[in-house]
Amino acid sequence: MSVRAFNIAIGGEAGQGIVTIGELLSKLLVRSGYHIVVTQSYQSRIRDGHNTFYVRTCPDLIEAPQESIDLLIALDGETIPIHSGKIGAGGLILADEALACEDERCLRIPYKELSKEKFNSTAVLGVASSILGLDREKAAALIGERFGKKHPEDVKENLLALARAFDWAAGNNERSAKFPKVAAGGGGAVQFPKASAGGGARMMMNGNQAIALGAVSAGARFCAFYPMTPSTSVPLTLISIAEKAGLVVEQVEDEIAAVNMAVGASYAGAPSMVATSGGGFALMVEGVSLAGMTETPLVLVVAQRPGPATGLPTRTEQADLGFVLHAGHGEFPRAILTPGTVEECFHLTRRAFFLAEEFQTPVFVLTDQYLADSFRAVEPFDIGSLDFVRPGSGYAHGGGPTGGAAPPGGEAAAGATAGRSGPESGAYLRHALTENGISPRLIPGMSANLVVTDSDEHTEDGHLTEDLEVRILMVEKRLKKSEGLIKKSVPPEYAGDDAPEILLVSWGSSRGPVMEAARALRENGKTTAVLHFSQVWPMAPEAFIKYLDKAGRVVSVEGNATGQLAALIARETGFMIGDRISRYDGRPLTPEYILRKFDSLAGKGSSPGGKE
Amino acid sequence: MTKIEDYGKYETAWCPGCGNFSLLEAMKSGLVKAGLAPDRVIFVSGIGQAAKAPHYLNANVFNGLHGRALPAATGAKIANHEMSVIVESGEGCCYGEGGNHFLAAIRRNIDIAMIVHDNQIYGLTKGQASPTSQEGMKTKAQPGGVLSERFNPVAVAVAMHAGFVARSFTGMPDHLSDMINLAIRHRGFALVDVLQPCVSFNKVNNFAWYKKRCRELPPDHDPLDWEKAMKIAMEWDEKIPVGVIYKNDRASFCDRLSVLGKGPLAERGVDKKELASILDEYM
Repeated sequence: MSVRAFNIAIGGEAGQGIVTIGELLSKLLVRSGYHIVVTQSYQSRIRDGHNTFYVRTCPDLIEAPQESIDLLIALDGETIPIHSGKIGAGGLILADEALACEDERCLRIPYKELSKEKFNSTAVLGVASSILGLDREKAAALIGERFGKKHPEDVKENLLALARAFDWAAGNNERSAKFPKVAAGGGGAVQFPKASAGGGARMMMNGNQAIALGAVSAGARFCAFYPMTPSTSVPLTLISIAEKAGLVVEQVEDEIAAVNMAVGASYAGAPSMVATSGGGFALMVEGVSLAGMTETPLVLVVAQRPGPATGLPTRTEQADLGFVLHAGHGEFPRAILTPGTVEECFHLTRRAFFLAEEFQTPVFVLTDQYLADSFRAVEPFDIGSLDFVRPGSGYAHGGGPTGGAAPPGGEAAAGATAGRSGPESGAYLRHALTENGISPRLIPGMSANLVVTDSDEHTEDGHLTEDLEVRILMVEKRLKKSEGLIKKSVPPEYAGDDAPEILLVSWGSSRGPVMEAARALRENGKTTAVLHFSQVWPMAPEAFIKYLDKAGRVVSVEGNATGQLAALIARETGFMIGDRISRYDGRPLTPEYILRKFDSLAGKGSSPGGKE
Repeated sequence: MTKIEDYGKYETAWCPGCGNFSLLEAMKSGLVKAGLAPDRVIFVSGIGQAAKAPHYLNANVFNGLHGRALPAATGAKIANHEMSVIVESGEGCCYGEGGNHFLAAIRRNIDIAMIVHDNQIYGLTKGQASPTSQEGMKTKAQPGGVLSERFNPVAVAVAMHAGFVARSFTGMPDHLSDMINLAIRHRGFALVDVLQPCVSFNKVNNFAWYKKRCRELPPDHDPLDWEKAMKIAMEWDEKIPVGVIYKNDRASFCDRLSVLGKGPLAERGVDKKELASILDEYM
């Protein structure tokens, strides 16, 4: 592949500081002008086991992980045999000299001489950074920031360890003299591409942090959660900024409480969200239906991991599309946004809050462990242009009621102070029937109007009813909102050749790997394109059916075993996608994986898609 | 001044003679005693005959899912802590389906008054045992008699040092409205377990049964005395104590959330300066 990327893997046992080293190295790379794609592969345990933190880096934008390794940083002996087969030509292994390593590519480092054991992570960072030719001052600044806040007493020792490590790896000793700096590129070492001097003014964040920041920027005021990997870093990020941002994040007794609490908070005027994963979301399902029935805005972040049941708690999968699409009894509208990049995690979460508020219905952000934990370099957001939701300003959104609803404001207190004699007495109608199905939403306590809603079927004023004529009107009213949601849906992205021989169809976090695989196919002489969905529901077939019809061979690429997007497309358009690339081993899709699977598909001969 | 008429009068879906009627009137009178206008109150209920009660008065109403009134109410209170939030539902909803939330609400000490219609039977689903049904009581669903021991909500609440724990009886309307008033005014989690007859399905614990047993606590009872309260909370069979059994002045959940010091969440926008400084941390 022509991508000038360089893949670093840090492997070791849980508890050895892999994530600390990985995050610091990633941040240093971003500050040095590099793009990164981080993939975290860890076991569901706090100590021992084998964990790997991959940082794929490149001066140019990259958006996919890579399987082959250029630099392996081994923190324990087990790491070397696990990964050595994936180390490419000219690759390098960094390992403590105390570890047994027969591999000639191994640079054995006397960490004991460089630092006390406590500061080993900094020494590892120093050796790696020095070998990559990264700037010593930038590394020192990062160490100062990292330890200055929490452990100021340790800054000096850390900086000393960093300096010794840099010096050692700079070649001022016999052993490392044999190993020229990777950056120098000489002597058969792997080329580490230099970033241009102008770079560096980017943020570093992972998918879940971007979701949390997007939520806060959109005006989120409340999040309820029960911890569940890989969703937990969304509420944890929110908690870290809660005081500044002015929001409440509550760890609750169970996911049922979480969703009901969020719906209650949203009803009372706080833009609200929950974040969970498969099993936790299963517990929330009745609450999703409640939000649909009471027409209460609600944002649900679902970070997928492999199921069924507890599945593989710390791995990735894209197998909950069908579940999220159908979760909740009864019929009501919803939207499902599926970010493919960290930037999209930010912007689509914002979009989710606006859609939920406008259409007064649940909106999902469907992500997964890979994207949740994947750090990237992100261009700073234009904060000035970021609007936020204003609950209860529904009159501006819905195009106005067709009748019956009292205007918002202080004096329309028919129900409150005039002592109405029955629910039909002209008070504010929370569920007023309107042309577009959107009822003007008021917030209790913000005016003298009384806001009444019910999980039972209800009349326009929100009181429960068993009038079956009203039932028909209310079902139609709620579903009417789907039309608006379709109009505001994000159309799928089409990238690549027109009328291609190969069309890859993907959604969510597989965007980057699929795009890169498509580029490789194109370089191999096949016209190729990608049709990528960053919103899977509602679906507007007229926006994309032509691409399916015009392509030669259509292949769906999904991180699940059954082709859930392909099945949804078939249901909505009648177009049967002929070939499928699936991954369900808990690992993220990679360009290499897609190309290998494509080759074996190609061997079988084409199964042309088309309408049945 | 809020008058009882402000809370309106509505037709209900209840059986004639149901204890819910007197509870509804006592609720209105408790609200008036607490000096609350209808638009300053949010009622949250679940599902059951009792959960319909908020539909029969003027107020903001969120009638949610069975068992989930407390979490929805907790969310509403956090969103706007200047509103008075009242949970009104039956014992099946509050102690059975919603049992976990009951424990969590006591621990949080969220400033909510929880008024539980406790008739020791399921009415809406026509006469199955409830969490507070007497052991041995025969129903269609428990033809051999209830096997589980009666859940004692008052004892559980006192044992967990709930902010305010009271019991009343629909046959004592003035006492009941006083308890409701005190529960609403209490700044923290307040439980009023309201004994009431179910005329259709509970033939054991009828009006006369409760009337004979319910006794007001003596005037010298000190609700701050936890050990005494615990003892009283365990009394049941021959004599059922009613009144404020236990209370404390532990700070409420919202009072301990410093972020609410700047006003209700529902009234706040996004401070772009703060947002910029938050994002700056990611550079």
